[in-house]
Amino acid sequence: MQGFATEFSSAIALILNGDAELWAIVLLSLKVSIFAVLISALIGMPVGAALAVARFPGRRMLIILMNALMGFPPVVVGLLVYLMLSRSGPLGVLELLYTPTAMIIAQVVLVTPIVAALTRQVVEMLAEEYSEQLRSLGVSRLASVPVLLWDARLALVTALLAGFGRAIAEVGAVIIVGGNINHVTRVMTTTIALETSKGNLALALALGAILIGIAVAVNAMVSTLSLRAEKEGLRHA
Amino acid sequence: MIRNVFRAALVSLGLLTGPALAEEPFIVVQSTTSTQNSGLLDYILPWFEAETGIDVRVVAVGTGQAIRNAINGDGDVLLVHAKADEEQFVADGWGVERFDVMYNDFVLVGPKSDPAKVKGGSDIVAALAAVSEAEAPFASRGDDSGTHKAEMRHWKTAGVDPTGASGTWYRETGSGMGATLNVASGMDAYTLTDRATWEAFGNRGNLEVLVEGDPRLFNQYGVILVNPEKHPRVRAAAGQRFIDWLVGPDGQAAIESYQLNGQQLFFPNAN
Repeated sequence: MQGFATEFSSAIALILNGDAELWAIVLLSLKVSIFAVLISALIGMPVGAALAVARFPGRRMLIILMNALMGFPPVVVGLLVYLMLSRSGPLGVLELLYTPTAMIIAQVVLVTPIVAALTRQVVEMLAEEYSEQLRSLGVSRLASVPVLLWDARLALVTALLAGFGRAIAEVGAVIIVGGNINHVTRVMTTTIALETSKGNLALALALGAILIGIAVAVNAMVSTLSLRAEKEGLRHA
Repeated sequence: MIRNVFRAALVSLGLLTGPALAEEPFIVVQSTTSTQNSGLLDYILPWFEAETGIDVRVVAVGTGQAIRNAINGDGDVLLVHAKADEEQFVADGWGVERFDVMYNDFVLVGPKSDPAKVKGGSDIVAALAAVSEAEAPFASRGDDSGTHKAEMRHWKTAGVDPTGASGTWYRETGSGMGATLNVASGMDAYTLTDRATWEAFGNRGNLEVLVEGDPRLFNQYGVILVNPEKHPRVRAAAGQRFIDWLVGPDGQAAIESYQLNGQQLFFPNAN
């Protein structure tokens, strides 16, 4: 194993010595996953909040379904998106297969249930807490959604980070719809899969370490931002 | 906070649309992992791209999956290694015409301890029979790839149906060549691999080449343009240009000149 340790550290050094190709891969991973999380937020937060406050038949079923979808196997999502975007599929004319956009779509499908389910949980708790106040102000249930979302914003950041974690670490879906094409759709996770298949285990592991480093950096950045926002919020209050 | 998020969104939007606007002509080539893992395509494609300005986007999967993707129209050119299936692909109208491109060979690799005592032989069928006789661990691709089809042909010739022993000494990984070599390396199993992937493979452990040189281990690669009559969006002109280059003198010379560890891995043989 000593040989492996040396190999691993030299791989890390190689990577950190400004390999332009690698940084392009890192950047693409970030772009795809950040974009996917933002779109998922736009869809998942309103849906989750609406499910939290609205009362209609089948609501429980929907909530159970949404919670279950948090564990949707990425390979299945990849297959579904592939079948949609294939030239033989219904959306084939868009020519999106094997592009970063296809990878974003797959990640949106994976991340939206997480954002929606966690949003539902947070907002439902807040809605119960404030139900009397909202009722006395004459705010209808659905109209209270924006207020509740705004009040829950710090908890929602955590929901987004959970979604980001799923997106950036995922390989099964993006390798099917992206094709792991060099310089076009190759991201961190598909590079790791490729290097593993070449038997370059030290290099693959070093890339994994970089991926974890990036995830830590993104989480630290977001938590600093939300801490600052919290302090500002207190000052304004 | 919200403003920051929006700013981040706009930045990433800018980054995302940037390269998409300046789009070069490109083709999608459905190919096999051996041409990618061995480094061949990374080596020869820059020549073609410099000469024509056409970007070649390679999707490297098993031959079976590559053919299915091409049938769905999700590729302009097919570059794989299962001649019978390729001819079927053309006969069914999915491809325009098949051209030989290059060849190399398969080898049987296995643990240095060699429990089936096949080392040094050049008869793949006898070697597989010995492996099944010894019930020595054998890792099969099990994924309908070109290599898997070749392996199954040799079992058939040997008169052995290894799938009956699936889960005991015969282990189907259902994965690519590299992943299967990792498995074989981990459990000291025999496996059939194309020589290019083997030469480029970095995690051999106790494995070494045990059987090679059988004419039946010949491994031919072919290239086919996906039929634009079946899929009108196929980039036929650019795809044909790539095929012409690959089987023409420049492409053949490029393939000939590729070496890994001082060894030539692919031998051009276009007509």
